[in-house]
Amino acid sequence: MSHFITSPAPHVHSGDSVRRNMLLVILALLPAYVVSVIEFGYGALITAAVSVLACVGTEWLVSRYILNEQKQTIGDLSAVLTGLLLAFNLPSTIDWWIVVIGAVFAIAVAKMTYGGLGQNLFNPALAGRVFLLIAYPAQMTTWPLAKGFETSYVDAETGATPLAFLKQAVKDGQLVADKLPAIKDAFLGAMGGSLGEVCALALILGGLFLICTRVITWHIPVSILATVALWAAVTGWAGLLPADLTTANYVAYSLCTGGIMLGAFFMATDYVTSPMTAWGKIIFGIGIGIIVMVIRTWGAYPEGMSFAILIMNACVPLLNKLRPTRFGEKRK
Amino acid sequence: MNIENNALKTLTNGILKENPTFALVLGMCPTLATTTSAVNGMSMGLATLFVLVCSNVVISLLKNLIPDKVRIPAFIVVIATFVTMVQLVMQAYLPAIYEVLGLFIPLIVVNCIVLGRAEAFAAKNTVGLSALDGLGMGLGFTLSLTVIGAIRELLGSGAIFGLHIFPEYYAMLIFVLAPGAFIALAYLMAAVNKLQKKS
Amino acid sequence: MEKLQSTFKNMVLSLVTISVVAAGALAGVYILTLNTINAQKTAKQKQAILAVLPEGATVSDAEKANGLTVYKAYIGDKWVGTAVETEENGFGGPQKIMVGFDAEGRIINYEVLEHQETPGLGDHIAEWFKNAAKPGQNIIGRKATGAFTVSKDGGDVDAITAATISSRAFLNAINKAYSAYTEGEVQAATGASQLSNDSTETAEVNIETEVAK
Repeated sequence: MSHFITSPAPHVHSGDSVRRNMLLVILALLPAYVVSVIEFGYGALITAAVSVLACVGTEWLVSRYILNEQKQTIGDLSAVLTGLLLAFNLPSTIDWWIVVIGAVFAIAVAKMTYGGLGQNLFNPALAGRVFLLIAYPAQMTTWPLAKGFETSYVDAETGATPLAFLKQAVKDGQLVADKLPAIKDAFLGAMGGSLGEVCALALILGGLFLICTRVITWHIPVSILATVALWAAVTGWAGLLPADLTTANYVAYSLCTGGIMLGAFFMATDYVTSPMTAWGKIIFGIGIGIIVMVIRTWGAYPEGMSFAILIMNACVPLLNKLRPTRFGEKRK
Repeated sequence: MNIENNALKTLTNGILKENPTFALVLGMCPTLATTTSAVNGMSMGLATLFVLVCSNVVISLLKNLIPDKVRIPAFIVVIATFVTMVQLVMQAYLPAIYEVLGLFIPLIVVNCIVLGRAEAFAAKNTVGLSALDGLGMGLGFTLSLTVIGAIRELLGSGAIFGLHIFPEYYAMLIFVLAPGAFIALAYLMAAVNKLQKKS
Repeated sequence: MEKLQSTFKNMVLSLVTISVVAAGALAGVYILTLNTINAQKTAKQKQAILAVLPEGATVSDAEKANGLTVYKAYIGDKWVGTAVETEENGFGGPQKIMVGFDAEGRIINYEVLEHQETPGLGDHIAEWFKNAAKPGQNIIGRKATGAFTVSKDGGDVDAITAATISSRAFLNAINKAYSAYTEGEVQAATGASQLSNDSTETAEVNIETEVAK
């Protein structure tokens, strides 16, 4: 790890720092990936490999043959990270060609069409994921149950994710206690869901690593998690939960399921598509938290994290205008 | 100026150089909403074509009888009449297509192309030229709607004009839904712009 | 010809004339198409009814049973089945379904008339439950008991992949239709002479449901 030593400030913003940050984020994702391989087996390996290869390949093809760029950008590892994050948002049993289509959309449409890294309005991995969710709703919402490493790639046992049950609990007041995984399992990752979203613990560790290495700041993750927790708590206090679900449990499930952790630490904090100022980031996070819970409670989909982040991505230019800080300006 | 040449130019103008969808970017509402398949796009285009030609001819005939200050309400009444006729005839003889296009048939009344051509062309030109302009614009609109519809149908349900090319299992449902309309339109427009820049 | 000036008189005259001519033209087209349009509408409704009933049956006028509209089918004088227009709230909104039962209570066919389910997921209700190649999900030809449930809830009908709620609503709609069908069947069997008793019967049923609640 010796080559990760950073010189003291001031830093020169060079192409190299993009590469370093991307590499750190990929490192931070590894614990969660290891858990998903343990939980979902070969499927997790195949899906992630296909996704990363397709993303890098698409970026190379587009910049080489459509944009006729002289300098290749795949070396900055951002395409690798996009591929990994996309795979994290997919069920492990999904057909490989669907992964390729998602990767092509993420890179070619959501990133390169806007002008490549730094210009894209929306998080490419999430755009790819949402594209797939609407393009192949049945395949994208068929989740394998976590059956350990032996989980088959082709014919795994499937079932609804805990989130689908939670939604019904709030919407119809159904009893759900026996359908939900134990909170411990939800925290450690032994439940149905997409590749990378299941293990809250590994994601928190990765997120803390990123905050400590100053790749990201605390504002966005903390404001998202706080908003979601508060909303869930208010739902509980208002007496909208079925009898067998306590407020504390509902808060815990809300935080640990449906990619909230993955989104809060790794997707919403993407430099290009998040606000620049601290207050902008906090408003951004609160917005995501509110939208996610609105979609979860009343929307057509049980999960809302990707939609919430994409909607707030679109607000980023506005949020950057909200509190502009000029160079050298002192904040009161 | 050569009259024949002028007529030809008026006709082709709407199809290529001033294509209502890709160049003028008018009538986006039906363009996005009704192009779920090639047949739907084409039907919408043809309905608009009929209204365009009829309203252009009538308005060109009446242009001296309509005082300037009330020309917009007068134009709208003429257009709305033809649109309602199309709607009734479609409902009677093409019920399947009427059901799909439904709401968007009456909306032709407020389609910017129709009023735009009435105001910008028919109110200033002869009957013959106005008819040709309506025909050209209508054909351009039909052509672009059919192309968008064909692309969305192919990607979204694996077929073109109802003819299956590949199994529906592989089709991307998103292209039949609203986001697919925006994506298809955007990339087609980019392609058309790029081609026109070259030529 | 000179262009007309925008005087008040000219404006009123030209607008009125254009409107009157337009109204006249429209009235003409309306009268010409009216019969065809009405014929189309009834044909569509009839087609949906006939599609779920035995072939060659004649259909009686609409009746009400259990709050639903039912159409009885006869071949000659013999009652051969009933079509029920039923409704249930699905995932996205109400599902309206026309379902036909034969005289033994077997499902002949169904047609989804209206629905607002998610495209690609819930909207498979139109075909899913009549797939003869997949007996687990097929309900055509099965004897209805009024208690169809998805296998996830312990029933014997496979729900649509990733659209359990839409499937549940669909089966509920069929169950509702069956109860309307059985009520109609009682009427058909006992005949019109006992119609006077019906009001008391329904009253009793209502009381029972009140208690059950």
